[in-house]
This record gives sequence, C-alpha cells and structure tokens, in this order.
Amino acid sequence: MRWKTADIAGWGRATRARTELARPERRRDLPALAAEGPAIGMRRSYGDAPLNTGGRAVEMTRLDRMLAFDADTGLLEVETGARIGEIAAAMAPRGWLPTVMPGTGFATVGGCIGMDVHGKNHHGAGSFGQHVAALELATPEGPHRITPEDAPELFRATMGGLGQTGIVAAATLRLTPAPSDVIMVTERRVEDFEEHLATLDAAEATYVVGWIDATARGRALGRGIVEEGETGRGLVPARGKARRVPMDAPGFALSAPVVRLFNEMYFRRVPASGRTLVKPIGDFFFPLDRIHDWNRLYGKRGFHQFQCVLPPDRVDELRAIVEAVATSGLASPLAVLKRMGPGRAGHLSFPAEGWTLAVDFPNRTAAAPLIRRLIGKTVEAAGRIYFAKDSLAEAGQIAAMYPELDDWRQIADAADPDRRLVTDLVRRLDLRGAA
Amino acid sequence: MTATWIILGGSSAMARAFARALAARGDALLLAGRDLDDLAATAADCRLRGAPMAEAVAFDARDPASFAPILDRLAETEGEISAAVFTGSMPPQAEIDADPGLIDGVVTDSFTGPARFLQALAPLIEARGRGAIVGLGSVAGDRGRLGNYVYGAAKAGFHTYLAGLRNRLGRAGAHVVTVKPGFVDTAMTWGLPGMFLVAAPDAVAQDILRALRRRRNVIYTPGFWLLIMLIIRHVPEPIFKKLKI
Repeated sequence: MRWKTADIAGWGRATRARTELARPERRRDLPALAAEGPAIGMRRSYGDAPLNTGGRAVEMTRLDRMLAFDADTGLLEVETGARIGEIAAAMAPRGWLPTVMPGTGFATVGGCIGMDVHGKNHHGAGSFGQHVAALELATPEGPHRITPEDAPELFRATMGGLGQTGIVAAATLRLTPAPSDVIMVTERRVEDFEEHLATLDAAEATYVVGWIDATARGRALGRGIVEEGETGRGLVPARGKARRVPMDAPGFALSAPVVRLFNEMYFRRVPASGRTLVKPIGDFFFPLDRIHDWNRLYGKRGFHQFQCVLPPDRVDELRAIVEAVATSGLASPLAVLKRMGPGRAGHLSFPAEGWTLAVDFPNRTAAAPLIRRLIGKTVEAAGRIYFAKDSLAEAGQIAAMYPELDDWRQIADAADPDRRLVTDLVRRLDLRGAA
Repeated sequence: MTATWIILGGSSAMARAFARALAARGDALLLAGRDLDDLAATAADCRLRGAPMAEAVAFDARDPASFAPILDRLAETEGEISAAVFTGSMPPQAEIDADPGLIDGVVTDSFTGPARFLQALAPLIEARGRGAIVGLGSVAGDRGRLGNYVYGAAKAGFHTYLAGLRNRLGRAGAHVVTVKPGFVDTAMTWGLPGMFLVAAPDAVAQDILRALRRRRNVIYTPGFWLLIMLIIRHVPEPIFKKLKI
C-alpha cells in the first residue's frame, strides 16, 4: 500500500495536520493496515478528531459499498466508508432510511459510529450506535465480527469510541421504514428563549430541531424557528444541482452586522402564523450539503463549533450560555437548539437527556477564549461537550463530563495495546490516560 | 428490455463508479476480474442501487481460458449486450528496465487480453445489431514518454484496435467509445508525485455515460486533456525527445 503525505484539516479548518494516508480500495488490504493508524473518513468532524499529526491514518472512503439488505428485518450491511446521504438516497425509494442521520449526509458510517452521532429524532430514536446490530473490526489477523450480545463491552467502547478500538470495516445497520422520500415540515417562529424551550419540549413530531438566532438579545434572546418533520407521501421536484463555494470568503462576510441582518431576514422568512412545506429528504436532513465546501465561507482562518448538552433542569445555565454567545458579537447564523432524549450507545457517547446547543464561531482572536469560557460553564452545569466539534477543551475537564472514561480506557487499551490508533484529539484530551 | 453490460477489470475505482452509474439507470451487470470477493461486494452494492442483475464472474486477461464461460453466459442473455474494458497494469518503468519480461504482462493486461475477448464478443454484438463498447485508453498512449512508454505503447495499440473495431461494429449498429483519461484519483495514482488536476472516478463515469448518449467516438476525460494532449502531440520530435515530462 502506497502512503500519501497530505495536509488535512478538520471541517472547521482551524485545526490542520500533516498526516501520511493510505486509502485501501479492497477489504483484503485492511489486515496489513490495521495496526498502522486510526481510520478516518470524510473529515466532517470540526476539530482535531480526524487528524494524526506526524503519524499515519487509513482513509476509508473507497470502502463504501452496501453489501446486503434484508427487507424483512431492515438490516443493511455496509462498508464503513459509505456516506450516510448515499445510503439514504439509495434506500429511500425502497421505503427505508437510516434510523439516525446526522446533520450532514457526507458523514461516513464509520464516522457516525466513532462519534455515536445523533439526529433530529434523538428524543425518540436515540443515537446512531443504538441501531447498529453488528460490526466487523479489521485486525492484522483478519476480520473480527462482534455484536452487542457476544462482545458487549468492546461493542459499547467502539460506539462513540473515536476509532480507538480498531478500524471498523463494516457495520450492520437497522434501518427504519419510511413511507416515501419526502418530509412534511412545519416551521414555527418562537419569539424568545422560554417559548423556544417550551415549544421544543412539547413537540411530538418524529424529527424536531430549533434554529436559534444567536445574535438576538434582551427580550428576543433565544428566539428562533422550530422545525417539526414527518416522513410522508407527495410529489416533490428533484433536488436542484448542488453549488460549490469557489474560494475562501473575506472576513467581513460574517461580521456581526451582516450576521444580525441575515438572521433577522431568516427569522422573518417564516410567517408569524407558521407554515407547512413538503421537502425532499436531503433538504431537510442535510440542508447545508447543497453548498459544497461551505466551510470556506468562514475564510482562511476557518471556524470553531461549540456544542454542549446540559441536563433538562439546567435551564438558567443554558440561558446564561445563550446570553454569553449573543452578547459576544461573534456568533454566525449557524446555531441549533434541540431537546435530547437519554439514548446513547457507548461510554464516550455525547448524547444525554437535556438541551443541546450548537453554535459556529468564525476563528477570530476572541473566539477561542469565548469558547473556553462556554466549556467552563458547561462543566459547571454538569453538561458535556461533543468531541466531534471540539478543538479547545482541556484534558482536565473530561473526566467530569464523561464519567465512564476509566472503563473505556481499559477496553481501548486491551483492543489497541500499542496505542497505534491515537489521534490529535485523543492526545490533546489525554483520553487514553497514562500507559 | 434490459441492457446487459460486461465490465472487464471490475475492481478498479473507475469501473466501480461506472458500474454504479449503470446500476442507477437499471442496467444488468456482469463484473469480471480476478478478485471475486471484491467483485461480489460491488455486485451486491449495484443490486441495491437498482441493477436488476449484478454478478461477479472470473476473468483474467492473461488466461484466455477464462473468456469462454463469460461469452457463453452473454450468448444466453437476451437483449442488448455492451462491454466496458477497464483492465490494465502499469509497473514503474524502472522495474520494467530491470526485467524486460514484464512487458508481456503489461501488453496483455492493457491491450491484447481485452482485445482478444472483444474479438470473440464482436460477432455476438453484431448479431444483436446494437450495443456499445467502452474501451479505456490513456493519454499515455498518445505519445511515448520517458516515464511510462511501455504502458503507453500498450494503450496506443489498444486505441488503434478500438478504432478498427468502431469501423467494424458501426456497420452493424453498435458503437465504440475510446476513453482517454488524464490523471484520475485511483489506487494507481494515489500518493504519486507530480499529479495535478486529478479527476474523481465518479466524474469519469459521468463523462463516459455522456459520451455514450452522444455517440462520441473518442473522448478525453476530464475534457481539458484534449487541449493538453493537442499541445503535447504537436511538439516536434527533435524537441520532444529532450523533454522530461
């Protein structure tokens, strides 16, 4: 296998690394690569989770085939380089969808497992890993198939396990029946923080998410639009052609006045009485995928995303975080609020019952100190931050957020005793602990 | 009626992308090559993407005995039959310099093996009176260069063969497309120095489908290679022989 030296970046482009990459095209190449470095996919994690500075990594994107589907059980076996949006596009016409889909269809199945991702239906369906029925890990001796029944601890440690328990070559996903390939979406304005939370809390739809105007202050603090979606039947025109951001945008493109103006217009776009639309699945689940390389809108310096989840009763602390964001003048239009259920599949899974808030910040000088402050507030509020988004947390903050860290360490060390699978994020946060 | 495609060298990244594109439009597929496990995985993927039939079949360009079962199989299928050839091998020129015996393998994989198969397939396609053949050539076949002239020579031979086959099958209503890719993002080019403007296999597959729809004879993919090769082909030999490109 030839190795390619490449300069790669997390999706936020604020973290970069020179890494040697192999890109196998056949499964039989994997045993020789299993001990060389961690698997990486489409690098849709924002921070340093997909990086291995000065080391090696195995890019899985060419192992992306659907291997078997059983229409009686809804079980789909796929190679882990397959992108979730491709699976949705191929399976929706047959009446099936991946049960959990993250906010971008470009995420690979391997990435969804390594981060135990969640979607707009987390309150009902739980996390991605809860719908995985079997895994095939690559080892130097060959493929090693595990299920939650025959290897419960290794299976749990792999869900949200940041690739530290081995290269996952294939996975069996439990799909969910979907009556068709469109979504009925109801959009409703919510005028302030209290109404936003109350509306999210009361929503009964399968898919629920709130867009939050992270620049609104005072009485309008926390205002936004709540979207509720159900799969349905209907005739919808095909998706338009995707567009591409051709170059890095200049810094003023996301300056505070521009963002405030944009958010005002975005908020007013939904009539005060709300509205119901029929959308193609991709437009609802992966709204930003229509603009390829949208991360370039943040310019050369890139951006950070902060995402936390706080317990349900920590509403005052959540409000304080939203306030700190709104008064910073740093927020971008991309901000999301959601009510999460308790579903999680692994020791290091992010999801927890409560409120999750995600906000993008252009990588200006004041952004990192602000995010560090927000992480501090999160820890104080008994919440946690999401490894798929983080590039700024510190090692000492993790044990409080992830109480099962010690258990996970032992399983990861048993699976990867020589620590060949460590990534920049794992090193920065000292997740594997003392050897 | 369903069209059936036989794809030689079905494990290559370009073949895989092309097979998927055919599956999405509902064509039946026979994926031929040496790695049957890998081909079976691609076949399963193609069935889930819409191919009414997709199967792996054993094919080795260096073993003509492997051709007959495939040809028999195709003779039994009804309707339009088409073929796409993605086979080829390109050992580093330095290895060939050290062992000139490697030349035979390169020429067999890239030219004479598939040509022999197509020669046996041609009467079947003629009898059906329609169908298409996609032959993968290379910009390397347009002019012999220091870095890969054995591979280039094999591809040049294949280009000429395809032109003749086009001449023959056109009379029977079937069409032959010669595809000359530039740098494509495959295992063959991964990590090689000096790569630029590398095309995705999916983009190549879409270019081939467009060429089939428009009944183009020879295409470069991506299209700008037409200009690059126009220049390279017209550099006078006294100058070209001193260049290192």
